[in-house]
Amino acid sequence: MHHDDRTDERPSALNGILSAGHHKVVPLADLSPGQSGTVLALEGGPGFVGRMAALGFTPGAEVTMVRNPGRGPVIVSVLDTSVALGRGQASRVQVRPKE
Amino acid sequence: MHHQEALRPSRVQERGEKVISIALAGQPNVGKSTVFNLLTGLNQHVGNWPGKTVERREGVFEHHGERVHLVDLPGTYCLTAASPEEMIARDYIIYHRPDVVMVVINAASLERNLYLVAELLALPSPIVIGLNMMDVAEQEGIWVDAEKLAAAMGVPVIPMVASKNQGVHDFLDAALKVAHEGLPQEPSRPEIRPDHREVLGAIEALLGPWVPEPYPADWVALKVLEGDAEITERMKSAAPPEVWACVEDLLRQHEDALIAVAGGRYAWIRHVTQGALTKSRLGHVTLTQRLDAWATHPFWGLVVLAVVLAAVFGLTYALGGPLQGWVERYIVGALAAGAARLLAPGPAWLEGLVVDGILGGVGTMFSFLPILAIFFATMGILEDVGYMARAAYIMDRFMHALGLHGKSFMPLFLGFGCNVPAIIGTRIIESRPSRLLTILLAPLVPCTARLAVLTVLAHALFPQKALLVTVCLTALPLLVLAGVGFIAHRLLFRRDQAAFIMEMPLYHQPNWRTIGIGVWQRLVAFLRKAATVILAVSVVVWALSTFPYGEIETSLLAALGRFLQPVGALMGLEWRQVVAILTSFVAKENAVATLGVLYGVGESAEALSAVLPGYFTVASGLAFLVAEMLFIPCVATVAAIRQETGSWKWTLGEILFLALLAFLGGTVTYQVARLWLT
Repeated sequence: MHHDDRTDERPSALNGILSAGHHKVVPLADLSPGQSGTVLALEGGPGFVGRMAALGFTPGAEVTMVRNPGRGPVIVSVLDTSVALGRGQASRVQVRPKE
Repeated sequence: MHHQEALRPSRVQERGEKVISIALAGQPNVGKSTVFNLLTGLNQHVGNWPGKTVERREGVFEHHGERVHLVDLPGTYCLTAASPEEMIARDYIIYHRPDVVMVVINAASLERNLYLVAELLALPSPIVIGLNMMDVAEQEGIWVDAEKLAAAMGVPVIPMVASKNQGVHDFLDAALKVAHEGLPQEPSRPEIRPDHREVLGAIEALLGPWVPEPYPADWVALKVLEGDAEITERMKSAAPPEVWACVEDLLRQHEDALIAVAGGRYAWIRHVTQGALTKSRLGHVTLTQRLDAWATHPFWGLVVLAVVLAAVFGLTYALGGPLQGWVERYIVGALAAGAARLLAPGPAWLEGLVVDGILGGVGTMFSFLPILAIFFATMGILEDVGYMARAAYIMDRFMHALGLHGKSFMPLFLGFGCNVPAIIGTRIIESRPSRLLTILLAPLVPCTARLAVLTVLAHALFPQKALLVTVCLTALPLLVLAGVGFIAHRLLFRRDQAAFIMEMPLYHQPNWRTIGIGVWQRLVAFLRKAATVILAVSVVVWALSTFPYGEIETSLLAALGRFLQPVGALMGLEWRQVVAILTSFVAKENAVATLGVLYGVGESAEALSAVLPGYFTVASGLAFLVAEMLFIPCVATVAAIRQETGSWKWTLGEILFLALLAFLGGTVTYQVARLWLT
């Protein structure tokens, strides 16, 4: 698992599917504080996806960015809990931001 | 199967009575240890799970005339194979089949907590739910109707406020009732998302006949579909190759199955909480939000952290310092004097062994107890109220540059008290490379004992500039720590970088019982080391410094010091000073004691101040302090490194590395200082 700031290594096929709709799709790490969104997909092996799912990050889940200082880890609120995520992890969660 | 033997509990069966076996499960931050402590009190045994460095706590107690054996499973968010904690929790239930599993859940984050319940319901033991933190939930504007939840799930749900000891005994009563009578009805269980039902059925049909005892076949099928590494491996070797080929074929067609399983669990959670869960938080700013506006702010968070840590140190030394002096004078000193009087008629070597060897080594360790107790208590409070997660978040950015992890911060900080609990404390770091690196760097955090040596010698050698020298030499190992981390991260551990995923718990009032038991256990771990390893090595070093002629100047240790003279010369040190550094391996304070003995003045600060400047130059004095600050940690710490890494290779590598580092640091200091400072 990487924990660095290189963000997008998502497969291009997934990229195509995600941006096909008319709503834009962004990595969770790009939400600004206070902004909410809906989780669409998680990219990673079963270890990463399983852990994130247990904390509430599954497709369809509502998330709200609490802290995003621009670099370093972020804090996201999901299912009534605040969760700190490394920027690398937050970049591998695709969300559709709320208008 | 090795698990079967390894995970069997040390069941206590006396007088042929039946012992009810209960496992306590729950996610982290749900107050599970408070519940465990309330149920078992001090009747608990703390050890390790066999072959793992994960703490195992269990206790046996009586309730309404029945004997209960309670095992505290590690706190986990789910039961995948991603961490040793999760494996232990699920293997325990599968192999041991406790009569009932008591699951503690946090009412303030009910939905997420039910995820673990959804996983536990797929295992064979019946469960009972303790709905904890009802008070915290209400403050957050969350109301949970326990009866409705119980009805929807078909499992007893007992509302509790464990921190105020409310409901915990009802929870136990409910568990015992289920242990005797079973669940009143078949519980509602999560199902996989409909589009994956067929493939799950197919996998179960294929693998069913090959599932080894005591695994439940439906659970195994689910885990294989999830892509669970351990169960997949197990079934791959248990099933015939042609069957496994069919399974793999199915799995390839359903690579998103994990999401389907998780989605099914959350659908079930929405179903059972419907009508039982009410949230109202309009315009409601909670305590946690107000505090976190400061504590997790990128700038103010650092200020808050600095103030908190300064307060911890201030409190520890303001209260602990005088207490340490008291213990030294009235307990260790009195013991030494008593032993000397008592043993005076006997042979001289016996008195030397007891007074200098045993009391000199182990006794000084005891004098650090007050400082450690206060330090651990303040750290325990910060942990228990929920602040430590914030500190980890704030420090992650900086730790990250060193190849460490936000979670490395807390154990490293504990190292200022004592390196032993620091190294044991690295268990909270899930990733093995990050944990290993944290363990190897931890001895570079100057502990109380090292700082005590530094303070005494800085005053003796540099009376005019003692404060400056002390500050610089405290900072030095920390800078080296940062440098070594930076390099090691890039050379040794480059590929494997740990994910940072951490829950930020709600702030809540500390539970004094939990903190007290935590402090007690850390102190016991420290004392156990003092009583065994340090005792043994103290005696050996005492023997080396006494034999063959009974004088330290002519002893084996002195011979070793003279043998190392050429190495010492590069640092500007003579053999006595080299020996002083070597003996600090037993306990850091020995550096001072040995100098006192070898220069024939004893340990008092005044006597050392009078004599030492005569034997040191500015350059060699600085070199000595640098070498002392970087040298191998005490033997107790080395033993902890061996225990926690499980590897002699890493342990010996660390010893060599730090010895080399001390030598290089001392040499460079001496050579540079000789040119510039004289």
